[in-house]
Amino acid sequence: MINPNSPVLLEVHGLCASVNGIEILKGLDFSVRRGEVHAIMGPNGSGKSTFAKVLAGHTAYQVTAGRVLFEGQDLFALAPEERARAGVFLAFQYPIEIPGVANSQFLRLSYNTVQAQRGKEELDPLEFDDFVREKMKLLDMNPDFLDRSVNEGFSGGEKKRNEILQMALLEPSLAILDETDSGLDIDALRVVSQGVNQLITPDNAVVLVTHYQRLLNYIVPDFVHVMDAGRIIKTGGKALALELEERGYDWLSDEHQAASETRAAEVTP
Amino acid sequence: MSTVTAFRRPAVDYLDALLTSQPQLPASPWARINTLRADAVAHLDALAMPTLRDEEWRFTDLAPLTRLSFEPVRSATPLLPANIAPFYLDGVTTRLVFVDGIYAPQLSSQATEGGLVVTSLPAIGVEDAAVIEAQLGRHQATRDNVFAALNTAFLHDAAVIVVPRNVALEAPVHVLFIATQTGVASYPRCLLLAKAGSSVTLIEDYVALQNGPYLINPVTEIVLDDQAHVKHMRVQRDSLQAFHIANCAVSAGRASHYQSVSIAMGAQISRYNLNVLLAEGAECAVDGLALIADSQLADTHSSIDHAKPHGVSRQLHKCIAGDSAHAVFNGRVLVRQGAQRTDSVQSNRNLLLSPKAHVDTKPQLEIFADDVKCAHGATVGQLDIEEVFYLKSRGLSDAAARSLLTYAFAGEIIDRISVAPLKRQLQQRVLAQTGSQP
Repeated sequence: MINPNSPVLLEVHGLCASVNGIEILKGLDFSVRRGEVHAIMGPNGSGKSTFAKVLAGHTAYQVTAGRVLFEGQDLFALAPEERARAGVFLAFQYPIEIPGVANSQFLRLSYNTVQAQRGKEELDPLEFDDFVREKMKLLDMNPDFLDRSVNEGFSGGEKKRNEILQMALLEPSLAILDETDSGLDIDALRVVSQGVNQLITPDNAVVLVTHYQRLLNYIVPDFVHVMDAGRIIKTGGKALALELEERGYDWLSDEHQAASETRAAEVTP
Repeated sequence: MSTVTAFRRPAVDYLDALLTSQPQLPASPWARINTLRADAVAHLDALAMPTLRDEEWRFTDLAPLTRLSFEPVRSATPLLPANIAPFYLDGVTTRLVFVDGIYAPQLSSQATEGGLVVTSLPAIGVEDAAVIEAQLGRHQATRDNVFAALNTAFLHDAAVIVVPRNVALEAPVHVLFIATQTGVASYPRCLLLAKAGSSVTLIEDYVALQNGPYLINPVTEIVLDDQAHVKHMRVQRDSLQAFHIANCAVSAGRASHYQSVSIAMGAQISRYNLNVLLAEGAECAVDGLALIADSQLADTHSSIDHAKPHGVSRQLHKCIAGDSAHAVFNGRVLVRQGAQRTDSVQSNRNLLLSPKAHVDTKPQLEIFADDVKCAHGATVGQLDIEEVFYLKSRGLSDAAARSLLTYAFAGEIIDRISVAPLKRQLQQRVLAQTGSQP
């Protein structure tokens, strides 16, 4: 929902980041207000997932330039766990399997940690069990998944549901969903999307990182951004996603390239 | 054969000192025991304390042990049930308690009905004398094993458990060894005979009511007759200053099933030798966990001997070493000539929590048969940074994330403990040690 009076939640200015010395993000600008749904699209290797992980604080990525403000505060001053407690949530493209840790134990630990940080009530195992079962209904999840180890032996679709379940529990103000649609069949995609839609409020924001337009039929974005070579090269409405579906990404890269060259030519004496 | 173990020799070395410091034992009414003692003393004559030059001890330096001297236990510490209540396991009522190696009947609850024997050695009736004659000291060799020989030289009491044919003992038998005195040496002994077709769960539990140094040197012999089932839960939670040097010999008869879970958490130096001999079609599952920190050393040497065809062995041994702790695993699997259709899988996984922690692992597969299925492997690693990041991205602190993952690593072994109250105690202990609070 676009509301120009809504407070800005996330501001990204000239963000550069590298992994193993290779620069992936090369001056990225991006801004999100509360209540908005953004889609970031782009070809493989354009830096979409890197951007998502940098926001969550993955240590493999080094921020080399730029700044990111979350609710007006320097995001990079916060450790990953502090970002999570402050309301940043990343749904992983490849959720990690953790053998030996019961999903229920993990979910409750995570929930209570975040609740405590927000000065809210923690739940004991029995209370939490009731609470999480309600949330699982939102995603049509079998309660058996509570007793299994975190993501261990889950199918691709089950892992993604488990990610959105965590989003439902933690109620982040900024949820970044990294390729949540990959590995989902059409039924699972519908269920997961419906789950996400029910979690969207005027106070939070969702950033969908996706390669395909398909997801956007279910979760309708207010803005569509196209990333290429570590920058956002075009921003439009939801119609842009359909155009990308039709024409692919190459025309945009070419257009952007041409525009850059024109600009370069203009400043050259 | 001599009837009195008279062995006063000059204390020229550490072994001699240990031997001569003990008061002379009166002759046992059991001829078998007097023979065993005399043989052990003779074997000790030819043996010396192991050093790093001995292949079997090359990772485990006993110098901290030999710098100390240990006195014999001169009198029994009087304990009340309330003193040891924290070690009781809910619903486990058959219990033999040894305090510093001395049997404590007031804390124990024996069982001797219907041919079942759960008692201390002196209480064995004449009808069961044949068991002692036939089994005690038959499985654990002393000729080439200093610590088994030391134990046997001082053999006077033992926990004895005999399960009659085809009896399935539902309730586990809890043998509790409690250390209350510092600076002493004790030599616990345990003999379990599961007769044909019987089944039993033995909990061999080493605990301490003090934090000082002592030497505890147990020997356990477990005999499974044909088709017997034994679950053996061994928990070593001695004082962090203790020296725990143990031997266990298991003889698994035809089509029998031996399951062992051994947990090592205590002692500054611990060593556990577990030897399992498998007859035709016998199966064993031998799992272990060493969870150590500070400057602890935990050494597990296991040997699984597939002497006959159609045996199955499964082994998962895990070590978690923090601070500057040192874990050692030497796992030998021997498939003898003729032991066809042996099926053996061995895995050793090690988790190092600190740059100063280290592990020496040596899986040894020796195969002399040609129609077998054997696999083994060992890994040494740290916590997976992707797993740590995943947990942190859900709000868990770095410390909470690491302790949860450490707990999970240990949990795979703890989960194999089939006695629920024991499992709960160990889970609490592991949680306390890894510092997480789920």
